[in-house]
Parts: sequence; structure tokens; C-alpha cells
Amino acid sequence: MFEIGLAHYLTVAAVLFTLGIFGIFLNRKNVIIILMSIELILLAVNINFVAFSAFLHDLVGQIFAMFVLTVAAAEAAIGLAILVVYFRNRGTIEVEAVNLMKG
Amino acid sequence: MIIQAICFYLFSAVAVASGVMVIAARNPVHSVLFLILAFFNAAGLFVLLGAEFLAMILVVVYVGAVAVLFLFVVMMLDIDFVELRQGFQQYLPVGALIGCILFAELVLVFGYWVLVPGIPAVAVAPALPEISNTHAIGALLYTRYVYAFQAAGVVLLIAMIGAIVLTLRAREGVRRQHAATQIYRPRAASVEIVKVEIGKGI
Repeated sequence: MFEIGLAHYLTVAAVLFTLGIFGIFLNRKNVIIILMSIELILLAVNINFVAFSAFLHDLVGQIFAMFVLTVAAAEAAIGLAILVVYFRNRGTIEVEAVNLMKG
Repeated sequence: MIIQAICFYLFSAVAVASGVMVIAARNPVHSVLFLILAFFNAAGLFVLLGAEFLAMILVVVYVGAVAVLFLFVVMMLDIDFVELRQGFQQYLPVGALIGCILFAELVLVFGYWVLVPGIPAVAVAPALPEISNTHAIGALLYTRYVYAFQAAGVVLLIAMIGAIVLTLRAREGVRRQHAATQIYRPRAASVEIVKVEIGKGI
């Protein structure tokens, strides 16, 4: 109980990951919440990376967590830019209305 | 050891609770604030794991940049969020089902997972206790992973250029100064010499 092992951290990461997936399904219309759910998923992945890195005494996991962080920041910036442009053109951010690009 | 366990349970409980609030809050501004709380607690977990540098990076990058970006967008756009909440109940069962399945799979994976004996002996970059975490990450990042590091920089540059290009717009009806046309305007187009008779004016 008081001995915190790898499994504890992996469980927290699994819960956060599941919450992220759940959030995508729950807020099907609100793109902002979907982007935040993706951030939660990436955070869960980062927790996994760092937990394995700490318990295997290998620093590479932390390096890759940093790269995941970079990609997450880039993704958030691009996603929000697309969101702003979409809102400017359509006046709404409903994901279900995004079918203009259907072939 | 007890204090570490208490800290772990505190951080993880708050992180999970704020994760729930991120997806369940009615107001997206509250969602962003709970996201910030979740990131702070994840940073606490990182500190517990001995990854101080990554914890600070998490706070700086996420709380300082990404979450503020989210706040800006949520507050700038004039969106009727009540309308967007519709369908929440409708999607709840299927979302819960898929979430439960996913969580069960993850628990199965983690429950029956064993480390191959001898794996710690082949660590690519073993964490040495005598140098600090930041020092060790720097020594590894700028030598073995320098190309990946440069690629990460390129990714950020492209994201920045992309975001600027996407959101830049030339608005109609805005008077702008055109330096080139000003400079290349001939004298005849701007100055006229008029003979004025005395006492009459133009």
C-alpha cells in the first residue's frame, strides 16, 4: 500500500488516458474540449514514459517525453489556429458541421 | 516512504479528478483551468519520479503556453456553449462503454506484464546518481539525440509558421501605409505650382 511501484503510476496514466478517450466521445460537438482531451492523452503517455524511465533507470524515456511535449505544443497551436479560421468562416465550431471537405 | 506515498495518492487523485472535470465541466473556461490543475499535479508526479527537469518543462510549456493559448481561444471566440453541450447524454453510453473496454484492456496489459530479467543491465543511458537530472538530460540530448532535438525545433518552427499563415488575414477597409508607392510617386503627381494673382486667391 505504501510502497509506490511502477504499477501505481501506470494505473494513473491508464485512468487519464481513458478519460481522454471518454472526453472525445462525450464532447462530440465541442472541438476545444476534444483538443483538451488529446492533451490529456498525451499527458498520460508522458507519465508512462517517465515512470518507465525512472523504474528502469534509463534516461531515454525522459528524452522522448520531452519530444512528445514538443509535438503536443505544436499540435495545440496548429489545432487552435485551424479552429479560429474555421470559426471565422462558419461562425460555429461544431465538429459535426465539418463536412465541407467530403469528396 | 509514507510521505512519498501520501504525495503520490494526493497528486494522482487530484490529477484524475481534474481530468474528469476537464471533460465534464459546463464552461470551457473551467475546463481549461482544470486542465492546468491536472498538469500541475502531473508535474508533481514527475518530481516524485525524480524527473525534475521534465516537471518544470511541463509547467512552463503547458501551463505557461498551451493552457494560456486555450484560454485565449475560448475567451476570444463568441461561441454558444450551451448549444454545443447538446448530445452529451446521447453520447454518454457509447463513450462509457468504449472507455470501460479500453480501461479493462489497459488493466489486463499492466496486470500481466513482467519485465524481462536483465533489462536494466542494458539501459541505453543509465541514470547516474551523482549528476543531477537536468545535467544528465542535457548531456544525453545534445549528444546522442541531437538530430532528434533539431527535428523537434523544426517541428516547432513549422507549427509557428503554419499558425501565423492560417490566422493572418488581409482585412477589407483598413488603411495601410505603402512605403514603396510613397517613395516611387513622381513629383508631378503630388506637387503643383499655381500662379496666384494678388488679391484673388485660388
